[in-house]
Amino acid sequence: MPGLGVSYGRGGATTFQQDTQHSDCIVIMGSNMAECHPVGFRWPMKAKAKGATLIHIDPRFTRTSAMADIYVPIRAGTDIVFLGALINYVIQNELYFKEYVLAYTNAATLINPEYKDTEDLNGLFSGYNPESRKYDNKTWQYQYEPVNLEPAGDSFSEKVKANHKGKPKQDLTLQDPNCVFQILKRHYARYTSEMVEKVCGTPKDLFLKVAETITKNSGREKTTVFCYAVGWTQHTVGVQYIRAAAILQLLLGNIGRPGGGILALRGHATIQGSTDLATLYNVLPGYLAQPSALKKHATLEEYILTETPATGWWHNTPKYIVSLLKAWYGDAATKENNFAYDYLPKIIGDHSHMPMFVGMKEGKVKGFFAFGQNPAVGGQNAEFQRQGLADLDWMVVLDLYETETAAFWKREGVRSEDIKTEVFFIPAAAVAEKAGSFTNTQRMVQWHDKAVDPPGDARSDLDFVYDLGKRLKKLYAGSTDPKDRPILDMTWDYGEHEADPYLVMKEINGYTVADKKPVKSFTELKDDGTTAAGGWIYSGIIPEEGKNLAASRNPDNYVSLGWGFAWPANRRILYNRASADPSGKPWSERKKYIWWDPEADAGGGKKGKWVGYDIPDFPATKPPDAPAKPDGLGLDAHSGADPFIMKVDGKGWLFAPSGLLDGPLPTHYEPMETPVENPMYKQQVNPVVIRFDLKGNEYIKVGDPNYPIVISTYRLTEHHLSGTMSRWLPWLAELQPELFVEISPELAGEKGIQNGDWVTIITPRAEIEAKALVTRRLRPFRLGDGKIIHQIGMPWHWGYQGVVKGDIVNNLSALVGDPNVTIHEGKVFTCNIRKGRRQRTANV
Amino acid sequence: MVVRAKGFFTDTTVCIGCKACQVACREWNQDKLPNAFEHVHEHPPHLLGTSYDNTGHLSSVNWRHVKFIEQFSEDRTQQSRWLMMSDCCKHCVNAPCLEVCPTGSLIRTEFDSVYVQPEVCNGCRDCVAACPFGVISYGEWDGKVHKCTLCYDRLQVGLQPACAQACPTQSIQFGDVDELMERAKKRVATLHERGVKEAYIYGDKDILYDPASGKGGLNVFYLLVDKPEVYGLPANPQIPSKTVPKSSAFSILTAFIVGLIGIFSFRDRRIREIQKNENLRT
Repeated sequence: MPGLGVSYGRGGATTFQQDTQHSDCIVIMGSNMAECHPVGFRWPMKAKAKGATLIHIDPRFTRTSAMADIYVPIRAGTDIVFLGALINYVIQNELYFKEYVLAYTNAATLINPEYKDTEDLNGLFSGYNPESRKYDNKTWQYQYEPVNLEPAGDSFSEKVKANHKGKPKQDLTLQDPNCVFQILKRHYARYTSEMVEKVCGTPKDLFLKVAETITKNSGREKTTVFCYAVGWTQHTVGVQYIRAAAILQLLLGNIGRPGGGILALRGHATIQGSTDLATLYNVLPGYLAQPSALKKHATLEEYILTETPATGWWHNTPKYIVSLLKAWYGDAATKENNFAYDYLPKIIGDHSHMPMFVGMKEGKVKGFFAFGQNPAVGGQNAEFQRQGLADLDWMVVLDLYETETAAFWKREGVRSEDIKTEVFFIPAAAVAEKAGSFTNTQRMVQWHDKAVDPPGDARSDLDFVYDLGKRLKKLYAGSTDPKDRPILDMTWDYGEHEADPYLVMKEINGYTVADKKPVKSFTELKDDGTTAAGGWIYSGIIPEEGKNLAASRNPDNYVSLGWGFAWPANRRILYNRASADPSGKPWSERKKYIWWDPEADAGGGKKGKWVGYDIPDFPATKPPDAPAKPDGLGLDAHSGADPFIMKVDGKGWLFAPSGLLDGPLPTHYEPMETPVENPMYKQQVNPVVIRFDLKGNEYIKVGDPNYPIVISTYRLTEHHLSGTMSRWLPWLAELQPELFVEISPELAGEKGIQNGDWVTIITPRAEIEAKALVTRRLRPFRLGDGKIIHQIGMPWHWGYQGVVKGDIVNNLSALVGDPNVTIHEGKVFTCNIRKGRRQRTANV
Repeated sequence: MVVRAKGFFTDTTVCIGCKACQVACREWNQDKLPNAFEHVHEHPPHLLGTSYDNTGHLSSVNWRHVKFIEQFSEDRTQQSRWLMMSDCCKHCVNAPCLEVCPTGSLIRTEFDSVYVQPEVCNGCRDCVAACPFGVISYGEWDGKVHKCTLCYDRLQVGLQPACAQACPTQSIQFGDVDELMERAKKRVATLHERGVKEAYIYGDKDILYDPASGKGGLNVFYLLVDKPEVYGLPANPQIPSKTVPKSSAFSILTAFIVGLIGIFSFRDRRIREIQKNENLRT
């Protein structure tokens, strides 16, 4: 999410799957799209049928590779070297899209001269504190020309003028040594095709073939798209993998244009929706920051002044946070009590998945709800997590079946009588048994109706939560204790008996408080308490009472604005102002998408607006030649040729002065566990990696001869995640009935393993057993120093419940996190294998 | 009365091996098959170790089967290919199974598909032996044979077969066979232009061709990029009735020889017995 958000402004796919049919080249990296997104994969296949080139870059030859024109093997965990080398290739050969880069990115912006690069400091950026293992990003900042700006009014929007930093300094010749372009050029100068061969184990010629294909298929006439999934995110530098692609796509001019972009493939139905409307601990709906005790957030005004930039779209933050508070606390949210801001809980640290389970073991977390989640199988170092469940007072599991999480207390190797946790298992309604919405990988919200009633006592998650809320309100009724006010004052009226999901969506959409009429767009939201909206980015999904655009089903052959609703404002390709040149004309007839029509009726007797196939991601009537106002607020600070409206400077960020905790530019670090010493820098791993130095979570040291083999975990088409929706279903279970480990014949030969043999896989965390699938789809990698690196792979769908059972692969991995989002590193760690069955219990 | 033959064009070059067809088939036809939960309990499935295929072959319950063929040279650069192909009944224009069925259970439908009427099948399994593709299987659970029906029940109400509808990449295309064949030939030409010279159609008229009627071919045909045998398909399948004169002549000759051997060996034995008796007497 921050990889794309920091680069372009929003943490979502910049494009939609159907658009890949118009790509000239499709690069799938960090994703096994054919395997894990088979339905969406039809669109790249359409492009291929029309003659587009499909490139798959992956450690394993997968179902996706089988469809690719060019398959490129790469050692797991070295993607930044590969992508950095592409960036370097584009810069050195002057193949970047010059007009685009100059006008639409921060290439020309000058950075603080104190900035020091990883090239100067052997793998560290300036500002690193080795004690706290954190960066101070002061030296990464832009140079500004100051502007005179006095706060003039009392409104929040006026007050945030204090945050105006001035006008970023630029050198449009790109020659200044402190300009982003020159820094970028120096940073990646050592990322060469030779380095790729040495570090990634990818043949140099193959790398060059990819570089030539991508650059030939980018520019005015052609576009290239990148598709990624959890193969990029699940790394200790995962966010920076995505950043590297974001930089490359900006240099090639592929963002905001048809057939271009970066398609973030989400790993689960409505994963996009759950981050939008806020299952993440650190964001409120619509990507507003969760109030934090560690930031200057004591009052609403402090929160707003801390979180609101004076320029760019986020200048509107006060409207969104106030409208959110009005939606949640209704009449109890008044101007006098700061709209009940104090009701919002403040975070006091990292409360994401892994720290939450550490908290259970430490006795800090007492109760746990698991909705559609099965951490006993899906969690990293899964036994550590299962033990955490045993330290709870109570746990509620809502699911279709009695999952491994629900049954953790009776797994092999434990005595049920030793477990004090009280477990409640609530049968859940399946998708066809409830109405609601999904937000898919391309930010598109699609409504679904209930087809049948759920069986027996099964009920939807929404209805369960609604009922729980009503019961809590009843329990607290009459209380005068101020701490109970948030529950008593919470708006909670989604239907007489069962919750009506339409009413929930209406609250998310927003309405005017006085008459409860839905707002048509987030532009109608106010910071004075006259509007309410539960998730501003979805505003417009119910533009008028009874009209739910998520349920609309009017497709056409391409953009299909009449099918579902994509946030924001039903825009399908984000930043699509960039599909036109600075003067507003399409870059080419072939890649026409949104353009300025000076003759179009703009209403009110005026002429000129943005027109095209999509909803413009830009002020509809702001002409391309509108100048930026140096002292302007919000979008007034941007010119008519600044497509990245969410960013303070309106530019796509090649260099990220803020927003990321591990550096302004992606840099190669080895994974936390690896047999290889970082060939590029003295700094071995991400210097700000989140470690969990706990008993039962021991890490393997670099090059440990006891654990020389690299392992990745992944999914199969036949199963879904921890298997709850597939391992219980015979039709699917029979198709992949047993856990297996994919091994190259070379490694199998060394270990005396035959196809079909039992194999034990060992890490300091666990040992598990699986059947060997010996296949040449896996291969050893030969590195620059002649070292051979063996890689194995395991799907992780099995557990001790269900129709088909098997050992839990995530027992093997360690708790370790990317510093920006605390995601684990399931895509690469180290292990050993031996022929035969395991000697000890897998689960403890 | 056949209006227009219906069938599948299966373009194996775009098959991603997702098995959605296999699952859609099982799901749609569940009323004709044993209860899936009981079946999986009675026949616990195992990893076959044959790439990503764990059902192995077409069977009485799996009327679709996706094959996975890994073709990699030792260095992975000379050859690097993972072929996938979704297989089912070919609904042959000259169907061997239909010829040998003694009860008339196997019939040709109005869609020119070949259909087993379960209520007429007596489980003799002659069709199992006659099918050159190994499509028909005997169901232990009901004593009858089973295979793909081309979703006869769906076609009758204007729906396309479940597998084709589920296929995300249009590897399985359903339609009028003549139109599909035209499309397939165009696809082969395109692939040839793009350098995939090995692409060809398996199941055009030449397969199971009957010179007497001038008819032949498979209503379910395939675009392949390697020899048929690589996909487990016979290069030159035979129609039983066409081989009857040749094979029956062979059988008659064999019987004659066996008879002669019998006669001679009896004669030989008799001679020896007589000699033995004579020796005893002397």
